[in-house]
Amino acid sequence: MSEYNIQKMISEKKGRRSSAFIEKMVPIILLLITLVSVLTTIGILVTLLSETIVFFTRVSPIEFLTSTEWSAFSSDPQWGIFALIMGTLKITVIAVIFAVPVGLGAAIYLSEYASDRVRRIIKPILEILAGIPTVVYGFFALTFVTPLLRGIWSEVNLFNALSPGLVVGVMIIPMIASLSEDAMSAVPNTMREGALGLGSTRLEMVFKVILPAAISGILSSIVLAVSRAIGETMIVSIAAGSTPNASINILESLQTMTGFIVQVASGDATYGTDTYFSLYAVGMTLFVFTLIMNVVAQWLSRKFREEY
Amino acid sequence: MELINKQEVSKKLSGRLLLNKVLKYIFLLFTLVGLVVLATLLIDTVLDGWRYLTPDFFTSYSSSRPESAGIYGALIGTLWLMAVTAPIAIILSVGTALYLEEYAPKNRLVNFIKVNISNLAGVPSVVFGLLGLTLFVRLMELDSSVLAAALTMSLMILPVIVVASQESIRSVPSTIREASIGMGATKWQTITRVILPAAVPGIITGIILALSRAIGETAPLIIIGIPTILLFTPTGVLDTFSALPMQIYSWVKLPNPEFQSVTAAGIIVLLFILFLMNSVAIYIRNKYSKRF
Amino acid sequence: MTSSKVKEEKNMNTVYDTAVQDRTEENRTIEQTQAVFQAKDFNLWYGNNHALQNINLDFNENEISAIIGPSGCGKSTFIKSLNRMVELVPIVRTEGDIVYRDQSIFDKSYTVEDLRTKVGMVFQKPNPFPKSIYDNVAYGARVHGVRNKKVLDQVVEKSLKGAAIWDEVKDRLNDNAYGLSGGQQQRICIARALAIEPDVILMDEPTSALDPISTTKIEDLMHELKKDYSIVIVTHNMQQAARISDRTAFFYQGYVVEYDKTNVIFDKPKDQRTEDYVSGRFG
Repeated sequence: MSEYNIQKMISEKKGRRSSAFIEKMVPIILLLITLVSVLTTIGILVTLLSETIVFFTRVSPIEFLTSTEWSAFSSDPQWGIFALIMGTLKITVIAVIFAVPVGLGAAIYLSEYASDRVRRIIKPILEILAGIPTVVYGFFALTFVTPLLRGIWSEVNLFNALSPGLVVGVMIIPMIASLSEDAMSAVPNTMREGALGLGSTRLEMVFKVILPAAISGILSSIVLAVSRAIGETMIVSIAAGSTPNASINILESLQTMTGFIVQVASGDATYGTDTYFSLYAVGMTLFVFTLIMNVVAQWLSRKFREEY
Repeated sequence: MELINKQEVSKKLSGRLLLNKVLKYIFLLFTLVGLVVLATLLIDTVLDGWRYLTPDFFTSYSSSRPESAGIYGALIGTLWLMAVTAPIAIILSVGTALYLEEYAPKNRLVNFIKVNISNLAGVPSVVFGLLGLTLFVRLMELDSSVLAAALTMSLMILPVIVVASQESIRSVPSTIREASIGMGATKWQTITRVILPAAVPGIITGIILALSRAIGETAPLIIIGIPTILLFTPTGVLDTFSALPMQIYSWVKLPNPEFQSVTAAGIIVLLFILFLMNSVAIYIRNKYSKRF
Repeated sequence: MTSSKVKEEKNMNTVYDTAVQDRTEENRTIEQTQAVFQAKDFNLWYGNNHALQNINLDFNENEISAIIGPSGCGKSTFIKSLNRMVELVPIVRTEGDIVYRDQSIFDKSYTVEDLRTKVGMVFQKPNPFPKSIYDNVAYGARVHGVRNKKVLDQVVEKSLKGAAIWDEVKDRLNDNAYGLSGGQQQRICIARALAIEPDVILMDEPTSALDPISTTKIEDLMHELKKDYSIVIVTHNMQQAARISDRTAFFYQGYVVEYDKTNVIFDKPKDQRTEDYVSGRFG
């Protein structure tokens, strides 16, 4: 044996260790940290609710829900949220019509047709696309897409729904593509072999076997993307204008819920005014919309995971 | 009697194969849409903005004259914002991930916390802005300071880092955990000496990606009242500041067409920073991805 | 304790054991004074699954005790009970007692960390930490508060020599242990366990993931280690048990069917099931 005894050294150190105390404290501290996320949710709910209630003591909730006109800055303000919802809806619908086929097509290509090499090149590019700040997309919509559209179609206004809608679509394409591809890749290979072994073409296999098997994962990705489009702020603030209206014309200026919040916060409203509190009523509406979408998306993706 | 007419089948086959081929190229085309848009955006921006990328652009504050406008203030402000956001977000998120993966019992509260975190990930950034405005700017009287913005950003990117850290911690094989426990190490010793070091590449990747999202976020900053034009840099966390995306946003709105080029120059700088951060994240991920 | 004295005691012990064995027919508990581990009516449940039933076994000092049996017989569960690693599974419940050196391992005053410092373990698959070879071996000492660099250097060298891998790795102690072959990794894991000089080493199928050459190296190593340590090994490889162990316990469906000197188990077992198993008729 050597000149020292490690077990003896260990038992000598033991007395000085405060490890038992640390072991007891760590889970408590970590639990407290974990609760910050819960407090954040509570904070959001309390903030939105309390200020929204103040808003509804000044403005009738019936007007809020039934009027179709929103003019917060006029001398005779109108508070019909429908005008803002309509703006959000127009942008979202254009984005989804553009992004769903493109995103799904890309997902099908990447999951079922592309070689490993192609996939290794394309996926990081999609990630870069997903990481571009929305203020940059806004600039792109205003200075590139809008002039392009106006060149093709002279009736397009400088501020319109089409250009930001398409760009919001570009923004959500990576989300649909990568989440749907995950869902399709998760379909077991045995199902592919089964379909191809019976003489289906790859296309028939995709539509008759892969898509039905991955459907809840794909739907979940689309719902999440819709939620993202609803909450998107900078693109619409920059390129959609600031005139709330309930029309379905996609060529003229409009305002979304998020766009209104930014306009007010950019300095047009002082604390305590009706307009200030309307910020929270609009925020609450937005929050409810996206929350419903997220819950649906989670339900769908849980359902998807149960299948395998 | 034959139930399947073989002649019919082979006649149809060529059509089916053709359709397969056509659709394959359509899918490829869709895949390339993202690529084309990205290329267009980059080329358009660079062509527009490169003229303004002079040394002066980096050393001067914003100005009402396009030729003398710079991003010095915004750049320094963004550095401040990230320097304060990062530690807050890291402590909160990694702590949460550790609790959920290593300590949390299986009960309803923990289940609720997990669902809650994935819901937070879907809350629009403007709503986080409203939370920051009410809680940090007004209630805690932090005004439109670096700290108020950093707290808001931290809460916003928390779910992203939590999920990335959880995945990374989960990928550490339980065999090396057993090895440590089997030598008489306590749970916390095992976590700090074995699990965290093994999970760190994944956690860092998550942190960088989350911070690169925070760097480009504009809406929450607008809502908590960060000024658009500022001619000084902060000296402490309670000072107000400007930030790159705020600067870009304020330039976008200016009618002078020359400012379009200034904006493009600012965007080039922002995208370059993001590109660097993403490269580091991808490098770390690839280097350490298949270790176990 | 010097090693010559240990040997002497061991020899006396063997002589005494043989005498006892000759006198008694039923001798599951073989000899009391030199036992390092004694299981006393030990029972274990995973939820409702009664995985270990009334285990009574003694393991002796400076011997290699082997546990054999078909898959699912409870042998791994039992060896993991000895250092209470089995409790990492949350639904485990135990009854009865396991005594280590005259003290119950379930005693409230006894922390699992203390127990595991004295009772080391080597696992089925080599599981080095993703750290350097040096840091792997020094891990235990550091965890237990030994930070003196000189002491650590000695610990690392001595343990790597003890695990018969020093010559292979002495020039690259700072390389990541993941770069080694499976057999080398497993010997690093043995060195890591030796570094805190445990009293007993538990080995849970330590060669099941290794090639024959590495297996031979580890078996040779175990013969060397027997001089200073008591070893309990679980193995699914009957030849291995026959080659290396002094005593063998045959587990079947959660029971100890037979426990005896290894040559007895393999040459003239008393129970028909043992004979069927060791002769390869099932398992």
